[in-house]
Amino acid sequence: MSKPQVWVFIEQRSGKPADVSFELLSKGRKLADNMGGILKSIVIGHNVKEIAVETFNYGVNESYLINHPELFYYRTLPYSRILDGLIKKEVPRIVLFGATVIGRDLAPHVASSTKSGLTADCTDLKISDVNYLNKPFKNLLLQIRPAFGGNIIATIITPDVPVQMATVREGVMEMHRFDKPNEIKIREIPFTPTELDDVLKVIEQHREESKVNLKGAPIIVAGGYGLGSKENFNLLFDLAKAIGGEVAGSRAAVDAGFIPSERQVGQTGVTVRPKLYIAVGISGAIQHRAGMQEANKIIAINTDPEAPIFDISHYGIVGDAMDIIPKFIETYKHKLK
Amino acid sequence: MYNSIVLVKQVPDTANISGKVMKDDGTVNRAKLPAIFNHEDKIALEFALQVKDKFGGKVSAVTMGPPRASDILRECLYMGADAVYCVTDRKFAGADTLATSYVLSEAIKKIGNYDIIFGGRQAIDGDTAQVGPQTAEKLGIPQITYAEEILELKDRKIKVKRKIDGGFEIVECQLPVLITVLKGAADPRPFSSKKLMAYKGAKSLADLEKMVEGNSLLYIDNLVHEYKERKLFIETLTTDDIDVDPERCGVKGSPTKVHKVESVVLAGGNHIQIEPTKDGISKLVDSLIEDRIF
Repeated sequence: MSKPQVWVFIEQRSGKPADVSFELLSKGRKLADNMGGILKSIVIGHNVKEIAVETFNYGVNESYLINHPELFYYRTLPYSRILDGLIKKEVPRIVLFGATVIGRDLAPHVASSTKSGLTADCTDLKISDVNYLNKPFKNLLLQIRPAFGGNIIATIITPDVPVQMATVREGVMEMHRFDKPNEIKIREIPFTPTELDDVLKVIEQHREESKVNLKGAPIIVAGGYGLGSKENFNLLFDLAKAIGGEVAGSRAAVDAGFIPSERQVGQTGVTVRPKLYIAVGISGAIQHRAGMQEANKIIAINTDPEAPIFDISHYGIVGDAMDIIPKFIETYKHKLK
Repeated sequence: MYNSIVLVKQVPDTANISGKVMKDDGTVNRAKLPAIFNHEDKIALEFALQVKDKFGGKVSAVTMGPPRASDILRECLYMGADAVYCVTDRKFAGADTLATSYVLSEAIKKIGNYDIIFGGRQAIDGDTAQVGPQTAEKLGIPQITYAEEILELKDRKIKVKRKIDGGFEIVECQLPVLITVLKGAADPRPFSSKKLMAYKGAKSLADLEKMVEGNSLLYIDNLVHEYKERKLFIETLTTDDIDVDPERCGVKGSPTKVHKVESVVLAGGNHIQIEPTKDGISKLVDSLIEDRIF
């Protein structure tokens, strides 16, 4: 029997690979090892051979390269058709996608055409033998994610279908680049455009390098809905500026319009591992915690002494942030300047 | 003239979990969560109504869920939908996104006559964003997800601005197309008071069946006929009405299974309590300096 395959869809935007794809390769490598399988990268685009080559630094055994000018821009139909064809032919055991705009557009489409199971925004993936309804299954993919407003953590399995698919947010899995790449084995797959592909055309694209770098920030000052207003977030910017950090927000704060979504920390935002995380007016729902609980030190500031954020904090201050933060800034400046 | 079908969902209000819905063991009592109209779906309906306002056409809203999901269909009528459909059947229960999109796509085929299908990008109970693309795939039509704005609609082509990672793009697509819209893309219009008065008595089949149960003088067929005549009938679509393979519906048709569920119990943890005073904060900054954080 051939070895089980783990595939990672390598996302690229204007020829630049997305970090999340390499993070997934590092996780994919472990999953493949745990079931005695092999790891393949699927690279689709135009002039993207270098990206395929780079994936061999992340433990890839073989790369499928689909290179065509018509594939320069991501479009659902041609990309999905390519994956659909490859998946039906080779039947990989696992296919992973970044939970990006492209991944969340593509993965469900492919899962539908191949009738595969798909779990979105997983916070962990594991291989395990499972007994489900008194039937033993070997080496299933456990797809772990918070669900139901973060009140439960669900482990999802797809026991009865050949292909198990999952999407994972950027930053959730840790990237590990090997010093020595695997032997490069690239298989070029031909692509023929069809008329149907052209029902949708990309007219123009605008991208700006984000100035916000939450993943690389040593200190993060994050605000929640409890801060009450966009204006009150200014205080967090003052604090971040004083102590050399970035400002982030919980989903509730983003939804309320207090802070832009590119600064969202949590299951559906960015996962961060800073030296210090100061959570202000954040209650601490599991989805938020999923994105920050690995911070080295956590300080929680909240008016509600029962707020769950205190459970995972190292230091807790019960009180009004509007009163505490200016004191913090003043003390910091006094002691460190 | 362009006809739209809007996919809407009733969801538990997971964003506003208060002490009232907590059980003694610290877990959430799901039955006590209020059910609300998924916000992004309301924006999808607003998009459809704007298309109708500008170009004419018909707006139909469809939901799949338990009978009580017809609550949000009434809200669709209050906002201006022309027809509403509740896709409901015990056989549909427990569906994951694949089984849901299968049933929805068959319901849409039954309703027919559409140019654009709108839906919210995702529903707050699962946040998967999968049902839109999977429905488009099953219908064999193109999809535009993460839509922020319709820029142009003419000659059966639509130009849409959509979010991408780090920016936006403009795409042009031939109709028919399925579009999922992003929060913030539009403000859903308020209920029209005239429509509210007109439709507050709109009833689904389940509502009418309940009325018949307690009254031997009423006959369900007559009642349905009467409500249809008065345009107050919320159309119900069951396995009798749409052509579905039961093996592909509900739990049976769902490849994803919940293997294990762990409740998140909110228990007290061990943290160092800092007084919110100048003195307390001074000590905190000292320990952070000692820990080489600063």
